[in-house]
Amino acid sequence: MAVTVLIPTPLQKLTRDQATVECQAQSIAELLEKLEQDCPGIKGRLCDESGQLRRFVNFYVNNEDIRFLNGLETPLKDGDEVSIIPAIAGG
Amino acid sequence: MTATLTSTPETAYFTHLKCKECGAEYEPKAIHVCEYCFGPLEVKYDLNRLATAVTRSTIEAGPKSIWRYRAFLPVTSANPIDVGTGMTPLIKAQRLARRLGLKHLYIKNDAVNMPTLSFKDRVVSVALTRARELGFTTVSCASTGNLANSTAAIAAYAGLDCCVFIPADLEAGKVLGTLIYGPVVMAVEGNYDQVNRLCSEVANTHGWGFVNINLRPYYSEGSKTLGYEVIEQLGWQLPDHIVAPLASGSLFTKIYKGFREFVEVGLVADKPVRCSGAQAAGCSPIAQAYAEGRDFVAPVKPNTIAKSIAIGNPADGVYALEIARKTNGAIAAATDEEIVAGIKLLAETEGIFTETAGGTTIAVLKKLVEAGKIDSEEVTVVYITGNGLKTQEAVQNDIGQPLTIEPKLASFERALERSRTLERLDWQPVLV
Repeated sequence: MAVTVLIPTPLQKLTRDQATVECQAQSIAELLEKLEQDCPGIKGRLCDESGQLRRFVNFYVNNEDIRFLNGLETPLKDGDEVSIIPAIAGG
Repeated sequence: MTATLTSTPETAYFTHLKCKECGAEYEPKAIHVCEYCFGPLEVKYDLNRLATAVTRSTIEAGPKSIWRYRAFLPVTSANPIDVGTGMTPLIKAQRLARRLGLKHLYIKNDAVNMPTLSFKDRVVSVALTRARELGFTTVSCASTGNLANSTAAIAAYAGLDCCVFIPADLEAGKVLGTLIYGPVVMAVEGNYDQVNRLCSEVANTHGWGFVNINLRPYYSEGSKTLGYEVIEQLGWQLPDHIVAPLASGSLFTKIYKGFREFVEVGLVADKPVRCSGAQAAGCSPIAQAYAEGRDFVAPVKPNTIAKSIAIGNPADGVYALEIARKTNGAIAAATDEEIVAGIKLLAETEGIFTETAGGTTIAVLKKLVEAGKIDSEEVTVVYITGNGLKTQEAVQNDIGQPLTIEPKLASFERALERSRTLERLDWQPVLV
């Protein structure tokens, strides 16, 4: 179950400057654990002390915000693309 | 790009970027997100030094543009990009005030801001000046229309390459008003939040200066001038109450920041200012959070004619909520029908043709007055941020038609009689 994770610039120091990472996971929650094993420290950047995603972090699975899916329990399948995007201003 | 700036020149008063969430500090480069907590970065100034250097007279002696407040903006250039942006009229809206039952109502009219008729010219003038300082040669943005117009126009003036991203379903006037300046325009098949997400990925890889992404800390500071100008135009006083549209929430928070900075450096006497916000009911994540007493903003999928403020995932939503609550303001939403009625009300009472965001703001102003949330004695300032000629689709079926007549006196007299006996909306587009 390989998914592709797009890593935003502020986190690429933790992914050895890689903009994408391949990962095996069945859900976003599991993905966070797997990323942490590969890139120690990354989970602490994305989640607060209680394990919830920080409020300015957005996760998308194949273009859909996980808050419109199942949040951290959103299931993943082979070939899915996961984007991690900081909140953006504009108009 | 050469993004190095360890010390700013004597004439610049900004010092560094600071995370609004965790307080981590950064050099003022082209970055917008905290590496530690993903919080937004904000520009910090040496306010003590500012307080000794800037007075009302030094400001009044400055150019008739946002650059009279240059000391409060995050640029180092002696020659910032000045296309006459800012210092738009603050008019006393007596007829609208009487209609609503208010005594001291003012309209800050950025429908006539220069060069592209929206408040975005303020933020883009600052962002592109900073982009040039940081060494960018290509500038870009994700836009609901107004920002695209402004970025393309000011990039043309400054001789910068430009590529803008818009949702594919934008109003024709906003697309044409971008294409005319000759940028590359990417019309993305998706809503604004999807456009933004794409741009965030492009910004990571192409090394462009995205005004609302990697230049966001500088860009958003431009909106403070809407606070400064109102203070100066009210005769160096704060208003009692403001009403402004809420899309990402950035404008709203920066107007407030502008007020506070002028208080802190002693340019204006302190007093409470109530800050109220307006959203379209078809995209009202911040108004919903306000109504439900939540301190987080759940994203929504936009469905409204007010496309310029249709941001379902507002980056500064939580800060806008905090400000509305702590200043005893309110946040409310208006339906599409109320938005059209708001556009017409402002046009018919004050001679100002605003776009859907302005209609939203007027509609919410009316609601707040009717709900007793604005006192008739309060000095109230309403921010009109865009021009109605860009969103003609929104009103074209609600404003009647010309009376078509023959070039004869009798035909005119018949038509005049008819116009006096019919309601405007019953006018027929036929020869009378």
